[in-house]
Amino acid sequence: MAEYQNIFTQVQVKGPPELGIDERGVLTAERTDATRNNTLVGRLGNAQLGPIHLGMFGVVSIYLFAVWFMIVGFGMLQSVDYNFAEFFQRLFWLSLDPPLEEHGLSFPPLNEGGLYMIASMCLLLSVLSWWVRSYLRAHELGMGKHICWAFAAAIWLFLCLGLFRPLAMGSWSEMVPYGIFPHLDWTNYFSLNYGNLFYNPFHALCIAFLYGSALLFAMHGATILAVSRLGGDRELEQIYDRGTASERAALFWRWTMGFNASMEGIHRWAWWFAVLVPITGGIGIILTGTVVDDWRYWAIEHGFATEVPYSVPESSLIKE
Amino acid sequence: MALLSFERKYRVPGGTLIGRDLFDFWVGPFYVGFFGLMTVFFASLGTLLILWGAAQQGTWNPFLISINPPAIEYGLSFAPLHDGGLWQIITICAHGAFIAWLLREIEICRKLGIGFHVPVAFGVAIFAYTSLVVIRPILMGAWGHAFPYGIFSHLDWVSYTGYQYGNFHYNPVHMLAVSLFFTTTLALSLHGGLILSAANPEEGEEAKTPDHEDTYFRDFIGYSIGTLGIHRLGLLLAVNAAFWSAICILISGPAWIWPEGASWIDWWEWWPRLTTFSAGG
Repeated sequence: MAEYQNIFTQVQVKGPPELGIDERGVLTAERTDATRNNTLVGRLGNAQLGPIHLGMFGVVSIYLFAVWFMIVGFGMLQSVDYNFAEFFQRLFWLSLDPPLEEHGLSFPPLNEGGLYMIASMCLLLSVLSWWVRSYLRAHELGMGKHICWAFAAAIWLFLCLGLFRPLAMGSWSEMVPYGIFPHLDWTNYFSLNYGNLFYNPFHALCIAFLYGSALLFAMHGATILAVSRLGGDRELEQIYDRGTASERAALFWRWTMGFNASMEGIHRWAWWFAVLVPITGGIGIILTGTVVDDWRYWAIEHGFATEVPYSVPESSLIKE
Repeated sequence: MALLSFERKYRVPGGTLIGRDLFDFWVGPFYVGFFGLMTVFFASLGTLLILWGAAQQGTWNPFLISINPPAIEYGLSFAPLHDGGLWQIITICAHGAFIAWLLREIEICRKLGIGFHVPVAFGVAIFAYTSLVVIRPILMGAWGHAFPYGIFSHLDWVSYTGYQYGNFHYNPVHMLAVSLFFTTTLALSLHGGLILSAANPEEGEEAKTPDHEDTYFRDFIGYSIGTLGIHRLGLLLAVNAAFWSAICILISGPAWIWPEGASWIDWWEWWPRLTTFSAGG
């Protein structure tokens, strides 16, 4: 078994750049024409960087994202009285905070959350614009819209956190602050305030799908690399016309765990696992504080938690 | 169990690590091998011990069954069977089953003439488990620091252990591990979506090619990693997510790294000091 185990690309070929398919003859004009090669990137995947398509929705999206970023930055700067030394010193601790609770669902004064609401609007429009881009690029090539719908699932979680739950709670103050540590604190207190989010079944599903996604990608990535000697990385060709790479990949799992996916089917598993992370997570978020106030208490009521939670044992619970 | 249409020609002898052709056979779709028997032995024994522990505990509610590690006072010694000893034997069984499963995967790889990427990746997952139940408890001097085997009791353990260190979100390696999990999931959705969208195009369109995949991603974000590269990236991201998760808990607890009770929030104090110096303030 001395044959090469595919890990990194050993020999890189530098040919003329691939500028992309243009069946209708309109896309080339909308793309940048410069490409570059990066040898280090080429060790892992394609060495070619670019070209990129410059569409209206992409430009709008990047512009609005930059505006959101700048507003957040200036909001943070304002919180340290425009002192740059202090700005860098406390960078991770600074935040642009959502409106105060007393403003409910009304539009707050600029310095009490109004700026935050404007920034949020920019971010939302930026994300939606990028979604339109993901759709139009696929449509232009006549491809399916699977990436767009997966992206829509992520937007669902984003809207649950920033729109649906605040509306249901009756206050924009429920939104997540923009800041490195502050958004982590928000997450921490969200769990503490609602009686430990681990007892939220949708949170549990969300995490199971998150870990499941890592497991699936490890399994799938490793399987394809293992059969790459036989051309297994040509997945589309293997889907249309099965070869020995697909057969061995399938048999590996069949012999290991009694079940295997097909070359196309594994990508359906992958898509669903990844997409169910934000879908279940979003449901868990909307239910918290609206339908359920204390997840631990709720779990005890429904018979899947005990009155005394586990802690590092001074004496074991199963002693008697 | 019926064979797949193409399966018979692949069912050849050879590739075993132990036992020559003695255990070189299949049961239904499963390959057996010496390590298949080891897996069945350890997995069955471990499962039976868990059921016995549940009977002793007095609940059959699957959410509430919990096999707890020994009390801290037992240190690193063997504990009485119903005071953590069961947990110790089950941990040994789990390791036996996991490692046998890994070696069986190697035998199957050898039989099929394919690379060893799957067993190597599985090895990282085993390392993450071993970190939690063996390495960290040894570094901290008591089996009691390991997590209990139960659906909600292990979540309680995560809560409890996290708050021993103030706010675990501030653990820099935890940040890295969580980011890797999120990135893995993002990459998985993009890869799955891209393949499905090429193989299932718009109505009336011909099935698409890798050139379409490259074009879509270059148009979309200015870079396409390629059909081979995405699997390397996915494997690297997933394996690193597991690896850094193990590291983030290994560094939380041992006295000479970040002892119990020390808050990860305080770890970040180096940053303001550093920037005070560089800003001349």
